[in-house]
Amino acid sequence: MKVTGAEIFCESLKHEGVKTVFGLPGGVVLKIFDVLCQRKDIDLVLTRHEQGAAHMAEGYAKATGKAGVVLVTSGPGMTNIVTGLADAYMDSVPLVAFTGQVSTDLIGNDAFQEADNVGISRPCTKHNVLVKDVNDLAQTIKEAFYIATSGRPGPVLVDIPKDVSTAKAEFKYPDKVNLRGYNPVVGGNKNQIKQAAEEIMKAKKPVIYVGGGAVFSDAADDLRELAEITQIPVTMTLMGLGSFPGLHPLSLGMLGMHGAYCTNMAMHYSDLLIAVGARFDDRVTGKLSEFCPEARVVHIDIDPTSIKKTFHAHIPIVGDVKTVLRQLNVILRSMDGNPAQVKALRAPWAKQIKEWQQTHPLSYKQDDKTIKPQYVIEKLYELTKHEAIVATDVGQHQMFAAQYFKGSKPRTWLTSGGLGTMGFGFPAAIGAQVAYPNRLVLCITSEGSFQMNLQELVVAAERKLPVKIVLLNNGVHGMVRQWQDLFYEGRYSASLLGKMPDFVKLADAYGIKGLRALKPSEVEPVLREGLNHKGPVLLDIHTDPFENCYPMIPAGGAQHEMMLEDPPELRLARKGGAHKRKVDEGEGVLPA
Amino acid sequence: MEHIISILVENKFGVLARVAGLFSARGYNIESLSVAPTLDPTTSMITIVTVGDDRIIEQIMKQLNKVVEVLKVVDLTETQFLDRETALIKVHTKPEHRDEAIRLADIFRAKIVDSSASTYTIEITGDVEKVEAMIRMLQPLGIKELIRTGRIAISRETTHTASPRREPALLKS
Repeated sequence: MKVTGAEIFCESLKHEGVKTVFGLPGGVVLKIFDVLCQRKDIDLVLTRHEQGAAHMAEGYAKATGKAGVVLVTSGPGMTNIVTGLADAYMDSVPLVAFTGQVSTDLIGNDAFQEADNVGISRPCTKHNVLVKDVNDLAQTIKEAFYIATSGRPGPVLVDIPKDVSTAKAEFKYPDKVNLRGYNPVVGGNKNQIKQAAEEIMKAKKPVIYVGGGAVFSDAADDLRELAEITQIPVTMTLMGLGSFPGLHPLSLGMLGMHGAYCTNMAMHYSDLLIAVGARFDDRVTGKLSEFCPEARVVHIDIDPTSIKKTFHAHIPIVGDVKTVLRQLNVILRSMDGNPAQVKALRAPWAKQIKEWQQTHPLSYKQDDKTIKPQYVIEKLYELTKHEAIVATDVGQHQMFAAQYFKGSKPRTWLTSGGLGTMGFGFPAAIGAQVAYPNRLVLCITSEGSFQMNLQELVVAAERKLPVKIVLLNNGVHGMVRQWQDLFYEGRYSASLLGKMPDFVKLADAYGIKGLRALKPSEVEPVLREGLNHKGPVLLDIHTDPFENCYPMIPAGGAQHEMMLEDPPELRLARKGGAHKRKVDEGEGVLPA
Repeated sequence: MEHIISILVENKFGVLARVAGLFSARGYNIESLSVAPTLDPTTSMITIVTVGDDRIIEQIMKQLNKVVEVLKVVDLTETQFLDRETALIKVHTKPEHRDEAIRLADIFRAKIVDSSASTYTIEITGDVEKVEAMIRMLQPLGIKELIRTGRIAISRETTHTASPRREPALLKS
């Protein structure tokens, strides 16, 4: 029996195990939405903006490891998800985005709501396809899911013209893909792995540097085993957080621009760097010519283009992180040298790292008048007992969260790393909460980022998704303001946000509980009340607008040359009230 | 250094855009580009001439391999290969220049494929040095219009590495 393209679409999704679709309807996808609403097996989360749908799908995918699915209309529907696609592409998030397209006979005619969806999305997708014939639809969907979730995951866009969704064809879901140009490598080269094992055994100052790849390939256990049998400390990139327990004695926390002192020092002085599913991003390396100058480099990554892209690798290993780590652990365990010997060999290194940790721990000065953002994160971490899924936005609050919220499990840290998309956090938190209705999902955000996608509050309200929004409201684009203070002589160009909505009233308008904290003493009670509340809640916490995030490696600076506190000239300027005056003279209205 | 890269791709809509977009998005150069179907109508061969140091070429090769519709990537510069380019050159032919144009075409084993009262159109095929030498020689006559195909290349069979018919010696400058 022949069925319509729209029915083929829904059936194909069912075969792929899709239970949730994030999207928004429009002219050319009406047929698909019409079929969708008559089925009970696929839940459509109706977002209020397509960008929200894309980030929700990302949050869903990051938290579950399954592909997030987006369904939007042509033209503006598609262009609105571009940021989400680019974000997913940078952070290797498996996403399958279905976009409507005008009928095939109208393509190229500048028809109403027409855009070149495939052309626009080409540089920000792993793969994309315009389906011209309904007979190809099921095969294309099968391949889209396969490509999105295999190898280095990424977003795939499938563009479905209106007449393809209404045309009829026989439906048979294909049982295999037919992609002769796409064969992701899984296992690593045995000789390379053996060489890596030998390097590991003799290294005196090794560091394991882990990126998002370890999270995506579910390699946390194997990573932990590697670290423990070799007694090598582990540092994580922003994307890698959660792949190794933050409180483990071998954990060095996050590295890079705002990484801890000991972490960046350990990287700089290491003699062996074992990079695991990481890509030597500029926010990690700082000045490349001075990055890890003494280190031999073992680089394990499923994406060959990540290897030797920005930094050399002495022993490149292309393969799935989990598989390669397993292979490596087997060899390491069979090698001579018992754990006690390994520990003895690395003892001076461990001692040195400990010393760095003790001399320069992560720190901030507590204040009894203004709330320090770090304090809020610390309290939140303490109260949620490490069990929360945390979605963040982008900026200072994200870095504070990365530093102070010591995640313990993979897929509990959802953040926009590569693209740095403000507005990502809240929809991502909704996506995660849709996937796990009974888990605690926190959205750590700020007034700047939150206002970029706050329209999705209504989704949390109507679906009673108990997301806890912890909004660190300092009235400024904090990271921009920090850079202006440090590198632009304190000229606050467009970083003071001026008129601010009353977030508690805003929450109320959406039927969501809102709470506010203005003083340090109010933080804990407000957090407690918010966390204990059954439904969604927005906590408007007014924090110090002048708090800077340290340590900091200035852009292009060398890894070991960190700024650890405000430079003296900045402190002087503050003391003289120059900064306060600039704020007062400008449009900027700081929170009380 | 210059590299000639052969890229075997699925003969599908949008593939060339993806390959070309990859070069532009990452700031790599395309010196020349040629595309045509192969014996198998489901595939096409793209030949790209590009310039870059070893690190850039390695990235280009890897990035190309990553494209789903790319089936095979070969850097011919790493092997023994033959490359050819065709140019159509329309030269002004004042009466006193006609003999010279015919002579040059003859020396370069080129063909005059069209003529008018005031022009000859010369077709030349050869490696890039030969084509460029021909262009240089014709310039004094006055080139009205010039079109080049871009280079195509093929690897030599390893069993015999000498070309059966050598290019005219004078052109191997």
